[in-house]
Amino acid sequence: MEQINTQKQYDKLVKEKSPNSPILKDCFNAFWVGGLICTIGQIILDFCLFNGMEQSLASTVVSISLIAISAFLTSINVFNRIGKFAGAGSLVPITGFANSIVSPAIEYKSEGYVMGVGGKMFTVAGPVLVFGISTSIIVGIIASIF
Amino acid sequence: MQKIGKQTICFDNPPSILEAASIVGPKEADGPMASYFDKCLEDEFWGEKSWEKAESKIIKETVNLVVSKSNLSTNDIDYVFAGDLLNQCISSDFGLRDSNIPYFGVFGACSTFTESMCLGSVFVEANAAKNVICATSSHFCSAEKQFRFPLELGTQRPPTAQWTVTGSGAVILSSKGNGPYITNITPGKIVDMGIKDANNMGAAMAPAALDTLITHFQDTGRKPSYYDAIITGDLGHVGKEILSEMAQSKGYNINSNYNDCGVLMFDKEKQDTHAGGSGCACIATVFSGYFFKQLKDKKIKRILLIATGALMNSTSMQQGESIPGIAHAVSIEM
Amino acid sequence: MEFIQSIDWLQLLRCFIIGGVICIIGQILLDKTKLTPARILVIFVTTGAILGGLGIYQYLIDFAGAGATVPLTGFGANLAKGAIESVKEIGLLGAFIGGVKASSGGIAAAIFFGYIASLIAKPKIKKQ
Repeated sequence: MEQINTQKQYDKLVKEKSPNSPILKDCFNAFWVGGLICTIGQIILDFCLFNGMEQSLASTVVSISLIAISAFLTSINVFNRIGKFAGAGSLVPITGFANSIVSPAIEYKSEGYVMGVGGKMFTVAGPVLVFGISTSIIVGIIASIF
Repeated sequence: MQKIGKQTICFDNPPSILEAASIVGPKEADGPMASYFDKCLEDEFWGEKSWEKAESKIIKETVNLVVSKSNLSTNDIDYVFAGDLLNQCISSDFGLRDSNIPYFGVFGACSTFTESMCLGSVFVEANAAKNVICATSSHFCSAEKQFRFPLELGTQRPPTAQWTVTGSGAVILSSKGNGPYITNITPGKIVDMGIKDANNMGAAMAPAALDTLITHFQDTGRKPSYYDAIITGDLGHVGKEILSEMAQSKGYNINSNYNDCGVLMFDKEKQDTHAGGSGCACIATVFSGYFFKQLKDKKIKRILLIATGALMNSTSMQQGESIPGIAHAVSIEM
Repeated sequence: MEFIQSIDWLQLLRCFIIGGVICIIGQILLDKTKLTPARILVIFVTTGAILGGLGIYQYLIDFAGAGATVPLTGFGANLAKGAIESVKEIGLLGAFIGGVKASSGGIAAAIFFGYIASLIAKPKIKKQ
């Protein structure tokens, strides 16, 4: 066996010895859970439209419903199990966004409601809003030029 | 007491480990080592309001337990060396604030247990103390909260991730006693091989363990076969394999007598702990619970205990720094 | 009953597949790169806002419905779409108003439910 002297050689050994994530299984679970969450959203959307709701309002109802479900599942300690099973399947849909706001709110409750819950609520989701909103403003500015 | 070789200290009147105690959380109580611990908790809060308070209570009760087991009183304890993973060592600070024992807060990340033993044994050997306590604690939930994500966040742990042990272990080192004795210590250097993956701590710490291991053999002139057991702290499955392979490539075959407390603590398949246990409490509880009794019963006679630590925090990780490792070795003989 | 009869099953299938495929992309990023979940969410929302701004994402929404709007890329696209529409109505100022306005329901709901959850729930350890 060769001697390990440089960081590069060590990095190679570490890669060799570290087990990889079971990517096929992970992708399959992410696919069907993520697809299912979207399908639930579609059924809510169809139901709103069927009852004569306007398209953009119906979309908002879908978002709020999924966020409410996700917040509920997070607070009864179920969402983290779904997340462990489905990975990106529950992270990428809007449910993951809601979970990333609700989970620190619960966790940092012991540091008080103002700086704990209020202050830490956006530790994970804050960047999403910063980059999402900033990008949309840039898009809007560009659109106003053309 | 004298220094031999590069960084080893050899004791003339080896301090004895008078007593050891351990308390662990419920997940550890489901693992293969469960029957060896003094007390297993039923829930991670232990009646407290936060994870941090619970961890303080665990180390406090472990220290009380080791004192009562030894038939000493807290007045007989000259100093306590204690540490944990939380910022500014708050678990130990708050856990021991009412103990009325002079206190040294020690930080060496997960290597704190043997670091405390190194410091404590030098105190005893130098006649600066008759009895000292060395204790460490860690808590899965407080560690996750500080270093990673809220517990309710739906994330997947990669296969190389380790599970922080909830619990605390404490030992009393004494100038009197019938062993096991700390015969020499090899405090380690900081070693950084450029690993940046916080989910692969075993790989980050293994080079430090290797450095301390080899230095110990060179300084003392001992061979791996001198020891009945060579035990690292929390390299886990990944780090353990890396260490034994690298030790072999340097001419030290430790395959037959080497094991890791992170590997011993959990049942990998049943408990879904991925690469194994970690945290200050990992080696502290496994040594106090299992190896100390094995030594007392003379089932093993010579053990080299190497606790390993990853010297990082979330700020250094966010700034893109790599993870420096450290390892301190303590040679214990009956 | 009437509602169930009105369901477009093919539409649901398209929604399931596209939603699932977007999640697979996220999973590959999770497993193959060392990106944290927060970074992945940022990548998705930004990509969605850019594709939405270019008008490409609308095709996906037309094809897959909620399969494209429920993933976070849809959230980003919705932000961009709102900004553009508002710019058309009131000019430059719309860039600052339209995006958040269009997604205000989701953001407000997440904050509100987060607060409510912190009142009632207690942190708990993951069993695995």
